[in-house]
Amino acid sequence: MQSSDVLAERGSTFPAGIEVERHHDPDSGADTMTINMGPSHPSTHGVLRLVLELDGENVVRCTPHIGYLHTGIEKTMENLSYYKALVLTDREDYLSNLCNNLAYSLAVEQLVDVVIPEKSQVLRVLLNELERIASHMLWLGTHALDIGAMSVFFYTWQDRDLILEIKEHMSGVRTKTSWICPGGLRGDMPSGWYERVESFLNQFPKRMEMYEGLLSNNPIWLERTRGVGVLTPQEALDAGLTGPSLRASGVAFDLRKSNPYSGYEQYEFDIAVGQYGDVLDRYRVRMEELRQSYAICRQAMKRALAMPGAPVRTNDRKIAPPPKAELDTSMEALIHHFKLFTEGYHPPVGEALGSVEGPRGEKAYYVISDGSNRPYRVRIKGPSFYNLQALPKMCEGRLVADVVAMIGSIDIVLGDIDR
Amino acid sequence: MVDADVRLGLSGSDLAIRDKTFHSALTMTPGTLEAVAHRFLDSIAESGLQGTVTDFQDCNGIPSFTVGAAHVESWLKVAKDHCGYDLLSDCFGVDRLAFKAAHRFEVVYSLYSIEKADRVIVRAALQFGEVCPTASAIYPASVWPEREIYDMFGVEFSGHPDLRRILMPDDWVGHPLRKDFPLGGEEVEFSHNVREQEAK
Repeated sequence: MQSSDVLAERGSTFPAGIEVERHHDPDSGADTMTINMGPSHPSTHGVLRLVLELDGENVVRCTPHIGYLHTGIEKTMENLSYYKALVLTDREDYLSNLCNNLAYSLAVEQLVDVVIPEKSQVLRVLLNELERIASHMLWLGTHALDIGAMSVFFYTWQDRDLILEIKEHMSGVRTKTSWICPGGLRGDMPSGWYERVESFLNQFPKRMEMYEGLLSNNPIWLERTRGVGVLTPQEALDAGLTGPSLRASGVAFDLRKSNPYSGYEQYEFDIAVGQYGDVLDRYRVRMEELRQSYAICRQAMKRALAMPGAPVRTNDRKIAPPPKAELDTSMEALIHHFKLFTEGYHPPVGEALGSVEGPRGEKAYYVISDGSNRPYRVRIKGPSFYNLQALPKMCEGRLVADVVAMIGSIDIVLGDIDR
Repeated sequence: MVDADVRLGLSGSDLAIRDKTFHSALTMTPGTLEAVAHRFLDSIAESGLQGTVTDFQDCNGIPSFTVGAAHVESWLKVAKDHCGYDLLSDCFGVDRLAFKAAHRFEVVYSLYSIEKADRVIVRAALQFGEVCPTASAIYPASVWPEREIYDMFGVEFSGHPDLRRILMPDDWVGHPLRKDFPLGGEEVEFSHNVREQEAK
């Protein structure tokens, strides 16, 4: 029986006032209807709108519509000094703030040609890996929630909150810290901070065991994820995928290994690579990444604790503010402080790319300087923007219920897409 | 579920015992700027495209080649087919208004080679109103970023499969990332001025 016959027999199945666009293809005899998923839908992770053309429960065509969260961050950054533009980097991909800070800082540091102290490199790595754990925790909880495993969400939120408390202890702010800045870090870690990170890390392996126990061998989870949303390596590269989503398709590409920044070459870790490129592999790759991030955190902690009292900011007063204590006694320090926060610095004409491996893939800032104190052009490469391009390919011919699993598996953040 | 398993040539039991695979390759060292640029230029010369480059720039370690709109497609083809730049890392526009350059817009293709771990930038220099050929046949990932460039800069792409606005509303007038587009040029809609706003 055709879906249109069912509808004719039962009368309209939709409440009065809701109209659904229907098409009949005389060649194939298919009856399709077009419906909206989103922009306000809990499983679209923000304000993503998908226009789905459905034949019964099967997706014939999927067209993503984005831009609902477009705030013009690139344009706004062009009109702020380099130092002030930093705070906007926290606000585009709001789940990987410190990774964004780092990508922007790397680009600006190349432009002004400044070398930053060793300890700030170590802490940058530590903060980035903590951020990756926090972001993956949010992904795991919401992804499981979308597929129907509700309790995971409550546990992962606890872990994410512990990391937010670590960030709050360090800066007074829970998410948008801007703690990594051109020239190093805003400041050294306060007393008790390392103990807090240590206690988080001590309980983390047990938590990972619990998550694996809840999901990895759960038959419902396997049925919902196995073989769903398959992307071959070529399809993944063609869509411009990066990060765990690309690695799940079997392409071993991780910027921490291939183009190490902030001293990642000194840490021992592996990158997990999937075999089949389906939702289950993307889950497995991220779960393994959490373990590897944990290992990097341990190594970074050891290094950071071996350098008590070492500087975390460059001594170049044109780039980073002088220590607060100097302002009371030194005229030059006061002048530098004033100049930095009013006028800022003028990098020479040039272009630089700062690129890091964020939780969702390659996060890159391309900064063009025209010699003034404001960036002439800032381009933010959001990995989610490219990852989302693969969604129509994945969901065509699949069930509507699987679309939700696929959106969760590419871990998109709409702030990253729309900027 | 079944159709994808068949497509991959897998049986149910294969899937049940998936092993974790690791990639613990040693850290790679990307080539120097000169090495990368020379290797790329050699392939360009082999394809008979020498002399088409209009500018070379060192973008802090990344070689950048500027070419005219007529040649960008063949340059990208050489980059992908002969030099192994398999990933379109990013694609974006630049408005050169304040630089008083010979051209107004640039479409920048930032390419990455996963095997060699190095980058190269190919950029098309465009006059105001000049049409750029699309790269979507070579790098399908450029479909959305080119739509964004069309939306933000008003650069048109010939041969593009789906050239529509992507971030701004369809009825938006203007291209916000152009340097002559004012900041804060839009009046915000409040209850006291909603009538006037709607009438506009």
